[in-house]
Amino acid sequence: MNQRVVVDPITRIEGHLRIEAETDNDGRIIRASSAGTMVRGLEIILRGRDPRDAWAFAQRICGVCTLVHGIASVRSVESALKIELPPNAQLIRNLMIGAQYIHDHVMHFYHLHALDWVDVVSALKADPKATSALAQSISGYAKSSPGYFSDVQKKLKGFVEAGQLGIFANGYWGHPAYKLPPEANLMAVAHYLDALAWQRDVVKLHAIFGGKNPHPMFVVGGVPCAISIDPSHVGKGGAPSRGGDAGTALNMVGLQIVQNVINQMRSFTDEVYVPDTLAIAGFYKDWFAQGEGVGNFMTFGDFPAKGMSDPSSFLIPSGVILDRDLSKIHPIDFNAENEIQEFVSHAWYKYSVGKDKGLHPYKGETEFDYTGPKPPYEHLDLEKDYSWMKTPRWKGKPVEVGPLARVLMMYASGHKQTKELVEMALKKLNAPVQALYSTLGRTAARTLETKIIADAMQGWYDQLIANIKAGDLKTFNESKWDPSTWPAKAQGVGLMEAPRGGLSHWIVIENQKIANYQAIVPSTWNAGPRDPDGNQGPYEASLKGHKLHDAKQPIEILRTIHSFDPCIACAVHVTDPDGEELVQVKVS
Amino acid sequence: MKSRHPQQPGTEFSVPGTVGEGLARHGVSRRAFLKFCTVMTSMLALPPSMAPAMAAAIAATRRQSVIWLSFQECTGCTEAITRSHSPTLENLIFDLISLDYHHTLQAASGEAAEHAREQAMKDNAGKYLLIVDGSIPMANPGYSTIAGISNYDMLVDSAKGAAAIVAVGTCATYGGLPKANPNPTGAVSVADIIKDKPIINIPGCPPIPVVMTGVLAHFLTFGTIPELDGLGRPKVFYGETIHDRCYRRPFYDQGKFAKTFDDEAARRGWCLFELGCKGPVTYNACATTKWNDGTSFPIQSGHGCIGCSEPNFWDAGGFYKALSMPANPLKVGAGVAAAGAAAGVVVTFLNRGKKGAAKAAHETTTLNDLEQ
Repeated sequence: MNQRVVVDPITRIEGHLRIEAETDNDGRIIRASSAGTMVRGLEIILRGRDPRDAWAFAQRICGVCTLVHGIASVRSVESALKIELPPNAQLIRNLMIGAQYIHDHVMHFYHLHALDWVDVVSALKADPKATSALAQSISGYAKSSPGYFSDVQKKLKGFVEAGQLGIFANGYWGHPAYKLPPEANLMAVAHYLDALAWQRDVVKLHAIFGGKNPHPMFVVGGVPCAISIDPSHVGKGGAPSRGGDAGTALNMVGLQIVQNVINQMRSFTDEVYVPDTLAIAGFYKDWFAQGEGVGNFMTFGDFPAKGMSDPSSFLIPSGVILDRDLSKIHPIDFNAENEIQEFVSHAWYKYSVGKDKGLHPYKGETEFDYTGPKPPYEHLDLEKDYSWMKTPRWKGKPVEVGPLARVLMMYASGHKQTKELVEMALKKLNAPVQALYSTLGRTAARTLETKIIADAMQGWYDQLIANIKAGDLKTFNESKWDPSTWPAKAQGVGLMEAPRGGLSHWIVIENQKIANYQAIVPSTWNAGPRDPDGNQGPYEASLKGHKLHDAKQPIEILRTIHSFDPCIACAVHVTDPDGEELVQVKVS
Repeated sequence: MKSRHPQQPGTEFSVPGTVGEGLARHGVSRRAFLKFCTVMTSMLALPPSMAPAMAAAIAATRRQSVIWLSFQECTGCTEAITRSHSPTLENLIFDLISLDYHHTLQAASGEAAEHAREQAMKDNAGKYLLIVDGSIPMANPGYSTIAGISNYDMLVDSAKGAAAIVAVGTCATYGGLPKANPNPTGAVSVADIIKDKPIINIPGCPPIPVVMTGVLAHFLTFGTIPELDGLGRPKVFYGETIHDRCYRRPFYDQGKFAKTFDDEAARRGWCLFELGCKGPVTYNACATTKWNDGTSFPIQSGHGCIGCSEPNFWDAGGFYKALSMPANPLKVGAGVAAAGAAAGVVVTFLNRGKKGAAKAAHETTTLNDLEQ
């Protein structure tokens, strides 16, 4: 008999996500539906405000991706007003975005995704000596002694024996889907704890440049942190011509902290994250053959060497790959009305042009129309509207965004390090290239791109130091700071590759105020509901065919959904109570 | 030989999962702990013979059950608490509390997750601590649901058996971003809904990590909530403005202001007042505790304070607009040091007045008051 399996809340993600899966007699998923169940209403809140303030509002779309919406927002204003960044500001932003990737990806792997593969209770049965031998066989990481693992095991034992499992309560421990030997489980639990301590330290990079993390500070036209080092400072009491010694966090001590963080990021990635991913994946090879999304992939590009206006200088290129065809990269025209569009055919909104038409974000409208069941409810009406997320499409096609899309794009465009890493990983796992199009392919792509970005960090840092040494202390372009210098009307798009995928913020400025603001976020591309033609997006498509061993413990759904690293905080659209035409912001 | 009997203090340090065992793991000997309890009994004017009993009682305590609910939020508050250096999140969840429900961290999903919440509420009725981040939308229950349950219903249901509620972040404490004009979802704070429980407000967008863990540690150590001000904030962290404790304050007093984000004055760390800093009207501890293990805070990294721990800061008139003063608005961009100095004096004076008023408003609020 067909059955409907509801997973709500999906935990170990950002935000409020619900999956309803219809299964056949064998417990195999026939159709899955993905629903965002929370809205706030940022777009109407942003309307009428100073565009220079928008980043702080937009940043609160999400506290996990904490800097990405701030960056996309200042870039949208800079795009609209044609502001070029000083090279130092660009380098500092690259360092901050890179740090976000590395921090976010490691935390995703250990704190959000690992418990889908790692059985915490099984770790109690491990032999610490054998665990140490295992750890040393895959990595030279220093914390790999038998005593270390024995201490972690003791801590865990106390936890379990006391009968207060806390965050581990009601996990699917002992489920036959868990395949790791006890020693691998213990090693992973130890690294879960190590990663918690590590992440706390490496966010100091954001604190130096942005004052704090989460939610570091930004400014339209550059970065807020002035450089308090002047290599030509004569060290005398009088006012130096260029000034500055230790007035801000970006002084010699701060730069040294940044360098230390880069070292810590690279060593943890090389010695822990990459080896753990490969070791754990080796026990789950069946997950290299299921969980593919829609076969189409899109990137917006990021990490400019020469500024956002020169996409040829991006580390990650922009484009679309269709039907797994890596031989052709399709360009994106962001202004073309028939390319990027959003639909509301199964979302709780209505359009003036009718429920089945798509709209380009500059012309986007959102009218709030909750037709879902009255809480408390058991099921959503999946034939009608069932989500607060809209449905974005590129030329009418669903596309997947995120680490897998980026790795494929770099692979397809011939990026040398990417090719080497992908080939190394596939060889180690004895898997064909098609294995990338899967649940674990997505998870492995996230790990590999972390390595690429961690290595790139040092180059940006070295360039920043070289600029300062040469006397270039500029971090801010003040030419368009004063709103009286702005045209009466301007519009622009702030593009970026957020850790979870391509992100775009679209702004229309009129008379120095925000007339319209919209964001299309990565998780909306991946998690949105069906389009007017009934085509599913990546989340929904990826679950089809999954066989649930036990509908009460749907670990299979969690594995694939977590491989996307959902960030739902945000399917935020707004309307005002009078039903006026509205702007919208969805969140990653 | 293991025993859970509280009358046998000699063995409590070995019972897994108790506070005593947690202390042992952190290298606190039973002897040292007993000594601490002896001092405590004398301070509380109890007979010395009470010390062993007290030690036993504390050491045998099971970890405090904590249920954390997330409503209209961005998960920034959860991210912030993972950044706490002392106590760390690991210290908290392994040694001091049992985090029985928390969407971002808990292993279980769906039904199993909801079951964990219900079980914790049942097992610890009247004793668990409820932490809430995010505002609650009142315009339509369908605006935010978890497991098909509206945020309002889940809050009211979960609050019933709580010993106290900790509202973290400006959304849960004051409505925050969702409540910013024109408040499209009718967002309200926890205290707007729950009237019969002690509520500790820890505002900030996000709150300072050590402030969150510090308040929890206070509750766990002393069994009471810290002294609160008129807005429900712990006075120890929110008693003074950022400006009062800012390292750039001497420049303010001298009338030395940065005019843009990378001029010489900015590089030398001059005051950011003219670039819109809200430090003078923001009560929080950023300038003293700083962020991320004391690494920096917004002003030290060159950006004015945006006032993120104050109610309604989103609608306070723009982040880059200098605070205006009654009678004689400060000229933004005035380059003359003397004018700046004069302005500084006026603001200092006004600030003193404001501070006095704030201090007056800081009536002591204790757990007992709130429970009455």
